[in-house]
Amino acid sequence: MLRYILNRLVGLVVVMFIVATIVFVILRITPGDPAAVMLGPQATQQDIAALRTQLGLDQSILTQYVTWLGHLARGDLGQSIFLNKPVLTVLADRAEPTFWLTLMSLAIATAIALPVGILSAVKRGTALDQSVQGFSMFTSSVPSFWLGLLLMEFFSVKLGWLPVAGYGGPGASIGERLSHLILPAVVLGLVNSALITRFIRASMLDVLRDDYVRTARAKGLTETRVILRHGVRNALIPILTVLGLTAALLVSGAVVTETVFGLPGVGSLVVSAVLRRDYPVIQGALLVIAAIYVLINLVIDLLYLLVDPRVRY
Amino acid sequence: MAIASSPSVVSGSSSDRWQILRLLVTRKTVLISLIVLIVLVGAAALAPWIAPFDPYKLSIMNRLKAPGSLHWFGTDDFGRDVFSRVIYGGRLSLTVGFMVVVLSSALGILLGLVAGFFRGADKVVSRLIDAMMAFPDILLAISLVAALGPSLSNVIIALGIVYAPRLARIVRASTLVIRELPFVEAARALGVPTRRIVTVHVLRNLMSPLLVQGTFTFAYAILAEAGLSFLGVGVSPDIPTWGTMINGGQQYMGTADWIMVFPGIAIVLAVMSLQLVGDGLRDVLDPRLRKEL
Repeated sequence: MLRYILNRLVGLVVVMFIVATIVFVILRITPGDPAAVMLGPQATQQDIAALRTQLGLDQSILTQYVTWLGHLARGDLGQSIFLNKPVLTVLADRAEPTFWLTLMSLAIATAIALPVGILSAVKRGTALDQSVQGFSMFTSSVPSFWLGLLLMEFFSVKLGWLPVAGYGGPGASIGERLSHLILPAVVLGLVNSALITRFIRASMLDVLRDDYVRTARAKGLTETRVILRHGVRNALIPILTVLGLTAALLVSGAVVTETVFGLPGVGSLVVSAVLRRDYPVIQGALLVIAAIYVLINLVIDLLYLLVDPRVRY
Repeated sequence: MAIASSPSVVSGSSSDRWQILRLLVTRKTVLISLIVLIVLVGAAALAPWIAPFDPYKLSIMNRLKAPGSLHWFGTDDFGRDVFSRVIYGGRLSLTVGFMVVVLSSALGILLGLVAGFFRGADKVVSRLIDAMMAFPDILLAISLVAALGPSLSNVIIALGIVYAPRLARIVRASTLVIRELPFVEAARALGVPTRRIVTVHVLRNLMSPLLVQGTFTFAYAILAEAGLSFLGVGVSPDIPTWGTMINGGQQYMGTADWIMVFPGIAIVLAVMSLQLVGDGLRDVLDPRLRKEL
């Protein structure tokens, strides 16, 4: 078990090393001089030269790469060019709304998908099953920003039930902040519930065909007990996997949704960094988010141990 | 998500292709989806003859007109006909989606075959694929577009790179199975060169999983392009794609909803039809996965 975790951590370091290399390469494929691109057309030659020195662009590619890895190893993600603050601080400042948004959307997606997926599998082939499948096909085809705009217009503008956009002022209460998160979380939750529903349905269908389910029925257990105790419990492993995947997808969805709803999170930070060509921020965000994804996957694998005593590492 | 990971061996004769098509259209949802796709693609291809107005023609007199008999989908803030723009927008959105499929398949096949067929390269390529998959789609795409510069071709390149690892995984998994099958062994025993085994014997048998995954990639690429254009980091806002149209229409939400509602409906129709056809194809080409996902 300990050996397994150690092995996985080594693998994690290797993947993160490749991830860091990819992130390094992405900046270098910029046609022309990245310093000139970042500063825009008004910049003077001196400014460009100064930024080149600051970013180390005047050194050889190999030196740049080694320096960049060295800084990363010390947890230094560089300096935001536009905000003139360390990238790590900038990311930390924006982490809160993204964290709550991801958590709330995951909760909403699971709350929809779990009962719906189970019911759909139990009532396989019925009208209910078909409408569930139709609905999840529909939600997975809707662009999240479009759905966000439509819901915003209906619930915030027409009915006035929820705030239109933003995250409240700097001194806003927790309740006010949460009310700003409801609509974006519903949008992300709905859009992502489709994938989870399909997985839960498939996983339940597999389990319900197994011998021990037949045995449980033969013992005379009630159908609810058969489904909840014997079915759902055994279907949990694939469900955990898909929840992990979805958590990563949500980060990606947050990029678009945060922009639509004007939430000051990591997602909208990346978009504004792209528009301002603030490369260190883009690099930092890519790295941190990829690291979170890799970590979530590790945690999920370890959770298998808790869920299923048959799994031994 | 639909992932077709196991290969099914089909021969490529034309009678088989008819058989597959016949099986496909027996399902009502697939048939309707195919019709919707044919209409969307047909309208996009024949845009200059079908669109009632010039999609770029400004007309301040006709600004923000509600949908009616003359302008079926209304007009936008510059008086341009929304129906014509949706048709022309489809041209670009569908082209981007298709080109992304072509590019990501080419990259994915190359990486997947190398990883699946050559044991030595597998470790390196598989790690690279793992690392690529650690980046969320949209995030990697906007970073690539930011580095390459926003343009239609760079959006295609960026999304092509983003979706390549998924296809590579499928190709790798299938190749690992196919390379152990008797006919590949027989070919090797007959002295067929490795390159020929890979291109003729392995690639041919990968067609079904690739076709299925390609259909889904097409759908995701349309959604992703719309997302990038909406964020303003993709195609230039002057070019009508479904994404840029929604972006342009959002400020008239509540007063002229039709500007953003119709391109959104077009996206939903295209993406949903592609996903349903993908589901249908998977069921027909790979009976083991039938009705499961």
